[in-house]
Amino acid sequence: MSVDAESTQPILQSYVGFDSITSQIEKKLLKRGFQFNVMVVGQSGLGKSTLINTIFASHLIDSKGRTQPDEPTRQTVEIHSFTETVIERGVKLRLNIVDTPGYGDQVNNENCWEPIIKYIKDQHSSFLRKELTAMRDRFIQDTRIHCCLFFISPTGHSLKPIDIVVLKKLTEVVNVVPVIAKSDSLTIEERIAFKHRIKEEMAFHNIKLYPYESDEDDEQDAALNESIQDLIPFAVVGSEKTIVVDGKTVRGRQNRWGVINVENENHCEFIHLRNFLTRTHLQDLIETTSLIHYESFRSKQLLALKENGQQQQQQHH
Amino acid sequence: MSHPRRPGNRKNVKKGFQFTLMVVGASGLGRTTFINTLCDAEVVPKRECDEPEMAHIEEGIKIKPYTVELDEDGIKISLTVVDTPGFGDMIDNEYCFQEILGYLEQQYDDILSEESRIKRNRRFRDNRVHALLYFIAPTGHSLREIDIELMKRLSPRINIIPVVGKSDSLTPGELADFKKRVMEDITHHKIPIYNFPYDPEEDDDETVEENSELRSLLPFALIGCEEEVTVNGRKVRGRQYPWGVVEVDNPQHCDFVKLRYALLSSHFQDLKEITHDYLYENYRTEKLSRSTDSASDNDSGEEDEHSRLKEEQFKKEDGKLKEIEDRVQRELKEKQQELWTKEQQLMSLEANQIHVQ
Repeated sequence: MSVDAESTQPILQSYVGFDSITSQIEKKLLKRGFQFNVMVVGQSGLGKSTLINTIFASHLIDSKGRTQPDEPTRQTVEIHSFTETVIERGVKLRLNIVDTPGYGDQVNNENCWEPIIKYIKDQHSSFLRKELTAMRDRFIQDTRIHCCLFFISPTGHSLKPIDIVVLKKLTEVVNVVPVIAKSDSLTIEERIAFKHRIKEEMAFHNIKLYPYESDEDDEQDAALNESIQDLIPFAVVGSEKTIVVDGKTVRGRQNRWGVINVENENHCEFIHLRNFLTRTHLQDLIETTSLIHYESFRSKQLLALKENGQQQQQQHH
Repeated sequence: MSHPRRPGNRKNVKKGFQFTLMVVGASGLGRTTFINTLCDAEVVPKRECDEPEMAHIEEGIKIKPYTVELDEDGIKISLTVVDTPGFGDMIDNEYCFQEILGYLEQQYDDILSEESRIKRNRRFRDNRVHALLYFIAPTGHSLREIDIELMKRLSPRINIIPVVGKSDSLTPGELADFKKRVMEDITHHKIPIYNFPYDPEEDDDETVEENSELRSLLPFALIGCEEEVTVNGRKVRGRQYPWGVVEVDNPQHCDFVKLRYALLSSHFQDLKEITHDYLYENYRTEKLSRSTDSASDNDSGEEDEHSRLKEEQFKKEDGKLKEIEDRVQRELKEKQQELWTKEQQLMSLEANQIHVQ
């Protein structure tokens, strides 16, 4: 006699108390803390470091821009990884920020994306190796990139050829969230037209951006994702300096013709990006990295290993 | 390091003059809008949004000259603006520099060959470029590799004036720091830009003050705008943001007005003279010495150059004289031939007449 769980759901006669599992999990997780790895990709001078510092409301990373005349221009793309733990209401977040200075800064930028793709894949690779070890750690340290912020220069025209090449390659291995950097140099009209163009180009090249559609999404999730997809790419402005506006202290930029309030939704979309990354999709970004990108990498690797093994066996015989 | 200063002469050429300006910079830095703002007209058509399929195609740099007739307080200016769309937009931009250099040298070559003609074309059009505005991205850091490379490679052939494009994305503090760093970078890399040269001993106070002020503004902070908006009841050329209006013609907001005045009123003469007397002369010397004996010692110095050039000139003039001589001889012969024929005819006529009688 098989019981169909959907149609005959038993009614509990009294309170059991297993609903507390959520707080049991929470307690465990709070002790362990969370890990979030974010990478920034874009030409120097687009405000990458400033944006990260603005999102997490603290000076986490320094700009890697060239400021001294005797500093040589970078000839290759470097990967700089920086970890800092931030705490909010008892919740520990171990933040790993991966900067990519040198990207797009040379006269000849051919293949400048290769070190970046390699780094992302290396993290998957290292995780896989640790997983497959016979005596493995209980909790494998997760260095896989959960989110890649891609910075688009506010030209107001369209994506550059290099942007398209790199976006295609990045979206295959990591969750990519594109932003329009320094968007305070675009009027609202220019911003709308620019976004529209970018979306058209991304659609034309079949570039798959996060968030992805999932069967698990309920109506609410789907609606939220749709509104996010509408906004992307986020037109942002970053600032670590504070200004007083109407008696309130906000982060902003002061010009001779006005004050830009980073936290004002009419000025830019920083708030939307911040909420998206930290308040609504933080957990999903981490999970999708594991369930989609890592899985895809893993299965390719294991299949390749298997084929390799079979070939070697055949050679022996 | 800068080009030598011509002795101060700010002639006000009332009858009008010609000036050629090239504009170089990556797309999206406001280059085209600047041209239209400078001329107060849509000289360069707004870039029509191509199909999204075109975005990934690397088109390479194009050189596009546009000529407009301007009127500056009664003075007529025939301004040619050379736009360079596509600069810096490709994945590999090595080729860009050569394209621009090739164009500049082509104009010099045209003049060179025109000068050496025996019979010169009176209506020959001088297309040499007198100044190059180079648009730097408002990163807030310092110069990028492509900026340094371009200015280094082109400065021997043209007056370069660096400017900051879309400077309204920087706060006043950031802009001041950026300008300082850029100039330090330029000095460090020994790049000879046009820096409004003056001689504190030779020139009058006014000139010294004017030039040192302009020099202190380098690189010029630019904003371009073709539309008008209303601010406090006034109509101004500006960009309307949710937080305020940036006015193009307001010297508090950007350096557009000062640059325009320098280019079209106060310093065009200096720029043209430096182009002709110094940059073009250098090119000419280099080119001619290359074409004669490339194996000759580079240390032979200017004197040998000079005597070699004089020799060439003599040879040419010798040639001309010989041509004339030959022509005269030919004509003489022809005339003698004619005379002889006529004589013969006369003689035969006389003979006939005698016969008849």
